[in-house]
Amino acid sequence: MSTAAVVRSSPGQEWVLPSRGRVGMLSLIAAEAAIFTIFVVAYLFYIGKSATGPTPRDVLEVPIFISICLLSSSLTIHLAVRALRDARVKEFGLWWFVTMTLAAIFLIGTGLEWHRMIFEKGLTVSTNLFGTTYYSLVGLHAFHVTFGLFVIALVMIFTFWGKVKPEHSERVDVFSLYWHFVDVVWVIVFTVVYVIGR
Amino acid sequence: MTRIQASVTAKGWTVKNRCLLSKVAGVTVLLVGFFLAATLCFGAPTSPPNIPNIFKPQSTYAYSIYRLSVLVLAVCAIIFVVVFSLLAYCVVKFRTRGGDDGREPPQVYGSDQIELAWTVIPVLIVLVLFLATARVIHSVQDAPEPPGAIHVTATGHQFWWEYRYPELGIVTANELHVPVSNPSHPTPTLITLLSADTDHSFWVPRLGGKTDLIPNRVNHTGFDPEETGLFLGQCGQYCGTQHAKMLLRVYVDSQGQFEKWVEEEKKPASTGNVAEEGRSLFQTTACMNCHAVSGTVADGHFGPDLTHLMSRDTIAAGAAPNTHENLRAWIQNPDSIKPGSLMPAMKLNDHDLDAITAYLETLR
Amino acid sequence: MSSESIALSLVGRDTRPIGEKLHDWIVTVDHKKLGILYIVYSLIFLVIGGIEATIMRIQLIAPHNHFVSPQVFNRLFTMHGTTMIFFVAMPILFGFGTYLIPLMIGTRDMAFPRLNALSFWMTALGGLLLNFSFIGGNGLYGAGNAPDVGWFAYAPLTSRAFSPGHSTDYWTLALIVSGIGSMGTAVNFVATILCMRCPGMTLGKMPLLAWLNLVTGWMVILAVSPLTAAQLMLCVDRYLGGHFFDSQAGGSAVLWMHFFWIFGHPEVYILIIPCFAFVSEIVPVFSRKPIFGYPVMVAATVAIGFVSFSVWAHHMFAIGMNSYANTFFTLSTMAVGIPTGIKIFNWLATMWGGKIQFKAPMLFCIGFLFQFLIAGLTGIMLSAAPFNWQLTNSYFVVAHFHYVIVGGILFAIFGAFYYWLPKMTGRMYSETLAKWHFWLFVIGFHLTFDFMHIPGLLGMPRRIYTYEPGRGWDTWNFIVTIGVFFQIAGVLVFVANLLWTLLKGDPAGNDPWDAWTLEWSTPSPPPDYNFAKIPIIRSRRPLWDLKHPEDPDWKYE
Repeated sequence: MSTAAVVRSSPGQEWVLPSRGRVGMLSLIAAEAAIFTIFVVAYLFYIGKSATGPTPRDVLEVPIFISICLLSSSLTIHLAVRALRDARVKEFGLWWFVTMTLAAIFLIGTGLEWHRMIFEKGLTVSTNLFGTTYYSLVGLHAFHVTFGLFVIALVMIFTFWGKVKPEHSERVDVFSLYWHFVDVVWVIVFTVVYVIGR
Repeated sequence: MTRIQASVTAKGWTVKNRCLLSKVAGVTVLLVGFFLAATLCFGAPTSPPNIPNIFKPQSTYAYSIYRLSVLVLAVCAIIFVVVFSLLAYCVVKFRTRGGDDGREPPQVYGSDQIELAWTVIPVLIVLVLFLATARVIHSVQDAPEPPGAIHVTATGHQFWWEYRYPELGIVTANELHVPVSNPSHPTPTLITLLSADTDHSFWVPRLGGKTDLIPNRVNHTGFDPEETGLFLGQCGQYCGTQHAKMLLRVYVDSQGQFEKWVEEEKKPASTGNVAEEGRSLFQTTACMNCHAVSGTVADGHFGPDLTHLMSRDTIAAGAAPNTHENLRAWIQNPDSIKPGSLMPAMKLNDHDLDAITAYLETLR
Repeated sequence: MSSESIALSLVGRDTRPIGEKLHDWIVTVDHKKLGILYIVYSLIFLVIGGIEATIMRIQLIAPHNHFVSPQVFNRLFTMHGTTMIFFVAMPILFGFGTYLIPLMIGTRDMAFPRLNALSFWMTALGGLLLNFSFIGGNGLYGAGNAPDVGWFAYAPLTSRAFSPGHSTDYWTLALIVSGIGSMGTAVNFVATILCMRCPGMTLGKMPLLAWLNLVTGWMVILAVSPLTAAQLMLCVDRYLGGHFFDSQAGGSAVLWMHFFWIFGHPEVYILIIPCFAFVSEIVPVFSRKPIFGYPVMVAATVAIGFVSFSVWAHHMFAIGMNSYANTFFTLSTMAVGIPTGIKIFNWLATMWGGKIQFKAPMLFCIGFLFQFLIAGLTGIMLSAAPFNWQLTNSYFVVAHFHYVIVGGILFAIFGAFYYWLPKMTGRMYSETLAKWHFWLFVIGFHLTFDFMHIPGLLGMPRRIYTYEPGRGWDTWNFIVTIGVFFQIAGVLVFVANLLWTLLKGDPAGNDPWDAWTLEWSTPSPPPDYNFAKIPIIRSRRPLWDLKHPEDPDWKYE
């Protein structure tokens, strides 16, 4: 798929415009950033305002390991994309698999964390303001990770079938923008929930 | 870069443009009509009773809002006249006349000087308006509280107003009595605004701007009326089905009248053997779950305090005059007066209904 | 510009069976068909929203009227507002944008045609879902009916406690669904305008309509998302027992207001900026001059886009914010009036020294200028916080925003209809019917919305199903209602004109207005591929250059 329209309108002049996929993805990221901002603002606003129930300090355990996994997956996806662009499809497949694994670890870790918080600590979305804002914010992020993991898995399957070629590197790169966004959001959520909010 | 050529201008009215004439005439009629109508609302001498006209302020805060509003209106009127005149002139002068040669007029692309001019002028206008406004915001919101103020706590309910005077020990509903304020030593009424359920808004236009009553939030308003009288308003924030009939009645009493009212309100409900049956029914058929009558066991807070119900001119937050028929109809079926109000029809038989009505009519 | 860009015209008439044609429309990804689908969809909802308004005005024609019950009235004003904003104004403006942008920037379709189709159908689904609530079953205490919480659905009225049943859920879910559609369209606008302009069309040479829709696209992306976020929070409250806006658990009603108006204020600029685009295209053509101050118009629009995100709490002046907050929002609101005013001056300057033709598109644009001026001035009145403490939530505000939406936006839309209808249908409308439409509607508009300011000044709040006699409001409400019938007549004439155009209109030709932007170089209606050969341009008015080779635009700007 051609990414830029190039037409010579007069000798020596090229007509180059940004790639649609990139602009589209960046616009989507802007919209999602706005959504997350609102949830973060609500979280910050309600810190310390719960009328009852367990406080963050009682309940939260800082998820260092899964955070490292998720943030590393940004590095591995970058390596994967670079490999594909340089036509090293097997290496791409390897790094892509690592990315998928890291994302899955993050989600499983989050799930375990929530299981502990719900069944051992008794914090649910309806318990108090902290519960509502915590599960909404972290849940929204986890939803985005899940969606990303779904796409990663799809691409993994296509790779196993040998369908992914170097000319697809641009599309994979555009997807990786989404993945980097999800990681940046996690940095912010982590700071707000586990650093500021505790 | 602009390009301006010498242009040929048409001379005078060559062809009567019927369309254009009627347009200008129509617009003029509408404008005159609008201004005429607007003037009418500035207080025709024989206006019907009690128009809550924001241009007839009756307290310091309302008056400072009024003065600001006159400035803003004047500035906007001037802007309107200038720009509209330019538009009208343009539309008339530069219309295509019959017999036009079909040549394109001079193609002007822009002018930096003109753009600068009509940027700077609006900026200056905004500056003036903003500074005037900021002063009034500060003077109203950050005014210090004078001594001698009367304090009222108003709680908004769906669809009625609860008033407590904590320092005077009074609880009442829907009709607010305040003393007139002497400008030399003012006795304003300062109202703390709370809500028991959804958002409401306290708006008595002649006494001041509106301030919302929001659950989980404490707001403040107040006024210092300098003339006695009855001032009308109503809830200014949609709060549910009967938002329209959550009316406000503020009685500004003279000092003497106010003190007398306070005396009466402090008294518990009249006791005695009047309307025994009604009283007993009231206390046993769920009325007292919602309503309070001081000096009796009735201590409900969901509905208005009824201790001095008969001292009020209206019932149901102003929805109906306080007459025997209305009171009876209200108790029988509140939806007949205020459909969607939260008081249920208690399905009383006629005998019990009459007894309870008679009892309530003893609550002076 | 190459003379080979004359497109091949469609051969003959479309004689396929009706089923096939219908299928074509349902599965289309062609921006022109989707644009028309958006527009037709909006017109249907315009009629529905108009009926809702008419019923309300009949109820309010006299005090203590009994035309409808309070419950029905409260549903009507909620549905009227929600329908008109989300299922009339937004879709119709998206529709015109979808239709015109590729044609005006010299390309064959939008950047993401399938996303385009998805966006339309999501919006359509949202509208159907919202209106299904009317018949969705009564539920306990009639609570399963249409939403009755007002179009901005303040908490905690929307909580389960105060809105039992599913009426509020219809509101929430319909808008989440159509919000996804809006965001898809916005992404499409941005990507198309940035990535698909024809050669030579730098950002400084594209039509103002493209620029203004680009700004609108960015604004939708950043403004609709907060609404979606707030609605998701409301869903968490209503379905999962959350406490975002639950005052009993410490939740804040004011937080909903902030979130809503962070969307709500940019939203009204999202609605008006495409209308500025229409006026910026129509006024030059019917004044026979280029737009005055193109760079300033772009800069002013971008400024409006930015500043409009900083004014939202002027909808909240009465909620008891401190004096610093009130002062700040007064300043920012007055400030946003400056670039807006500059645009009005630029349109005036465009007309100045020109040769104005009073065809229907221009009539509606002149109406727009007059009415938008007044609307802007009542906006300045509302921006002064103390004055706002009296005027907010009264009929003055209702009059103000209808002045913008009907007097500004709808007039510009009518102008756009008459201007581009020949291009879309290939047929010319009836100028006589159009003039009848204009005058009937102008009279009705002014009868209703001029006089509506007065009850507001006399203390009449909004959203009340009836009012007390003896407060000086009766006569004005009567006049306001009478105006509605003139507007209905005007709209009926408009619909008649649309039908007349389709059935009996004369062939319009490529360029009935002797205009200057690229869409007028294609046949009417344009073929599926828009341009046989992608044009190469050198100035902002490519067709002016073609028609005036001795004096082309690119020599001057």
